[in-house]
Amino acid sequence: HAELVTRLRAAWLSGKTRPMEYRVAQLEALGRFLDEKKQDILEATASDMGKPPFEVEISEISICRSELNHALNNLGTWMKDEHVEKNWAVQLDSAFIRKDPYGVVLIIAPWNYPIHLLLGPLIGAIAAGNCVVMKPSEISRNVERLVAETLPRYLDQDCFAVVTAGVEETTKLLENKFDYIFFTGSPSVGRIIMTAAAKHLTPVTLELGGKNPCYVSDTCDVQNVARRVAWGRFFNAGQTCVAPDYVLCSAEMQEKLLPALREAIAEFYGPNPQDSPDFARIVGDEQFQRVQALLRSGHAAIGGQTDAEARYVAPTVLVDVQQDDPVMQEEIFGPILPILTVASVDDAIAFINARERPLALYVFSSCKKVVNRVLERTSSGGFCANDTIMHMTLTTLPFGGIGTSG
Amino acid sequence: QPSFEAYFTEILLCKNELNNTLNNLCHWMKDEHVDKNLVTQLDSAFIRKDPYGVVLIIAPWNYPIHLLLGPLIGAIAAGNCVIVKPSETTKNTERLVAETLTCYLDNDCFAVVTAGVQETTRLLENKFDYIFFTGSPSVGRIIMTAAAKHLTPVTLELGGKNPCYVSDTCDVQNVARRVAWGRFFNAGQTCIAPDYVLCSVEMQDKLMPALREAITEFFGSNPKESPDFGRIVGDKQFRRIRALLCSGRVAIGGQTDEKERYIAPTVLADVLPSDPAMQEEIFGPILPIVVVASMDEAIDFINARPRPLAIYAFSCDSKVVNQVLERTSSGGFCGNDTLMHVTLTSLPFGGIGNSGLGKYHGKFTFDTFTHHRGCLHRNMGLEALNALRYPPYSQQKLGLLTATFEIKRKGMCTLL
Repeated sequence: HAELVTRLRAAWLSGKTRPMEYRVAQLEALGRFLDEKKQDILEATASDMGKPPFEVEISEISICRSELNHALNNLGTWMKDEHVEKNWAVQLDSAFIRKDPYGVVLIIAPWNYPIHLLLGPLIGAIAAGNCVVMKPSEISRNVERLVAETLPRYLDQDCFAVVTAGVEETTKLLENKFDYIFFTGSPSVGRIIMTAAAKHLTPVTLELGGKNPCYVSDTCDVQNVARRVAWGRFFNAGQTCVAPDYVLCSAEMQEKLLPALREAIAEFYGPNPQDSPDFARIVGDEQFQRVQALLRSGHAAIGGQTDAEARYVAPTVLVDVQQDDPVMQEEIFGPILPILTVASVDDAIAFINARERPLALYVFSSCKKVVNRVLERTSSGGFCANDTIMHMTLTTLPFGGIGTSG
Repeated sequence: QPSFEAYFTEILLCKNELNNTLNNLCHWMKDEHVDKNLVTQLDSAFIRKDPYGVVLIIAPWNYPIHLLLGPLIGAIAAGNCVIVKPSETTKNTERLVAETLTCYLDNDCFAVVTAGVQETTRLLENKFDYIFFTGSPSVGRIIMTAAAKHLTPVTLELGGKNPCYVSDTCDVQNVARRVAWGRFFNAGQTCIAPDYVLCSVEMQDKLMPALREAITEFFGSNPKESPDFGRIVGDKQFRRIRALLCSGRVAIGGQTDEKERYIAPTVLADVLPSDPAMQEEIFGPILPIVVVASMDEAIDFINARPRPLAIYAFSCDSKVVNQVLERTSSGGFCGNDTLMHVTLTSLPFGGIGNSGLGKYHGKFTFDTFTHHRGCLHRNMGLEALNALRYPPYSQQKLGLLTATFEIKRKGMCTLL
């Protein structure tokens, strides 16, 4: 891929991507891709992961359109030189921050939201005037093919390219010098990416993951909590980096939560979720086996059924889970919600702080003091009280991890 | 270091950063409330400023106080615990910092570690929550590789060869003074010093006497006797810089004294891109002049090389300055002066590509050591607002959801 990178770098040096009109044209073309290829996107994501079209519409297409329109609405302002305060020595001078592109950027996208997590960063990279090499995930095969075959036709191929690559080829791709690398994926691969970037002193953004704790206090509306947690956990069959990974609550709260969760799951997916058109599947056999193995933890109070051929794992809630159980050793990334009991909010905080800093942290409490206590005394990428995932939908909030979450 | 230079760069600039921080800390620390969309109108959405945790600051030897305290001020302001590693090359400052700085700070949270290369390598095996490094690009790579093992975010303030383009339309005497000041301050051991000049052969002929005059004005007829001219920090560095003198021809200066680690303020003329002085960052009081035929050639010359920490352009014609700015890429930029852009705390200071990663000074230092945590605090009730998103899914729900959620493109409506 050295030739490709050289070609894109030459295009960048030519100044082609600098004018606002150029960037707007490319962004508008991306909008047309989303409009014209919507049906293809729905079909590809259904083939790859059994994604319900509703979920694809809101979490892959509409959310990208929002980012696109937001960028188009504000690009003029964002691009402007920012004039800054001067001291007396430079009063008569012009002091400003110029917004320069980095140059040739590499965006590596994951398979769980293969359109959103590719286009999201791409929109910003184009808006900032860069040339871009995109590498969609080889695991969501149908979307990979769709993106590789159709996306380049909408964009200026002098400046934007899609590369399809497995693990080995990606390693070779990373030997090239990029001016920025944006990676979404697991912490272990994140380390590999950053190590490769270090050779060229390439700045990186790493959107990784972890186990997102969800503390439920004793003062809450149990039914609302159950719906919001179930929604966050089972959306996309649990394959969401900001999904609540496990619940911490008192034994009393667990007793109340279980029937409420059962009710929410039935409300969402009916008596047999495998028959529901609104529940997704695991992306591949390898991932299915990994998730299935996690079921050997505590016991399934709700769900627990699997179907290897369909890569179906039922919306599951596990209880009597111990800290050293399989389900607590890794990010679940599947439709399984373990509940661990703690004696108090302070115990929950201690439990959370003894572990890697997560991408998201959730607290459910009607008591503001409890919410603030958890917020103050923990550290995480982002935080949401009394809901799950929603903090990610505000374009005005920064989204990213800390420590091993990114 | 002449005491004037030390006072200005090491003490005064630090005091500025300190006072700027103390004046604004309360404001910087506050939760930043952000715009909400329709669905979250009744919620509280804000950015919480969290510290990273335990940060490591590795400082270089050229401005050993400023480049240690500068980052430290921001790290403390952002609420972190800090380990500081001063440079072992500036032994006296290292000892001073190790023995006295800790007496002023809470030893539970702040520590000074003295270490050479090997010990620093071991220090880096620990997991830090942020690493701030100022030094050379080659060591920068080592730091970032070590940081990658722990996914530790880094700021790397590195270096390179900072080009200084002098156009044919300029006030030659002013240019000579400003360039000489930037080049010879601290005997050239400044990461943002103008490293080499690009100009036409005519301008080179005009610049030479002007530079000679400026140097005499600054340091007298024998700069070695001036109390206002620094020395090279160590024997190794002295020998490295002396070897660069075999480039082009010595038009001004060129004298050296190994015992004193003195290198005269030197200007080299007719330097070729293949000469020793053009192969590495000079970091000494030597100013090579490379002749170019035009501004376009100067821009191509610059763009053919790693992106520098600073680019300087001298011209009375603002079009020329803007062209150079538009068509090049660098950490920072200054038109018609040298060094001055870093004295403004309101401008971010940092490199790009080989010259670095990240930025600081003023609020940017606070932000460097702060994790901006996106927070949303929703209502426990008002469940009706969430009804649209839950399964069972329907076209109707989808239509309503996208209508309320999706950001629309502005200015696309036509009024009939």
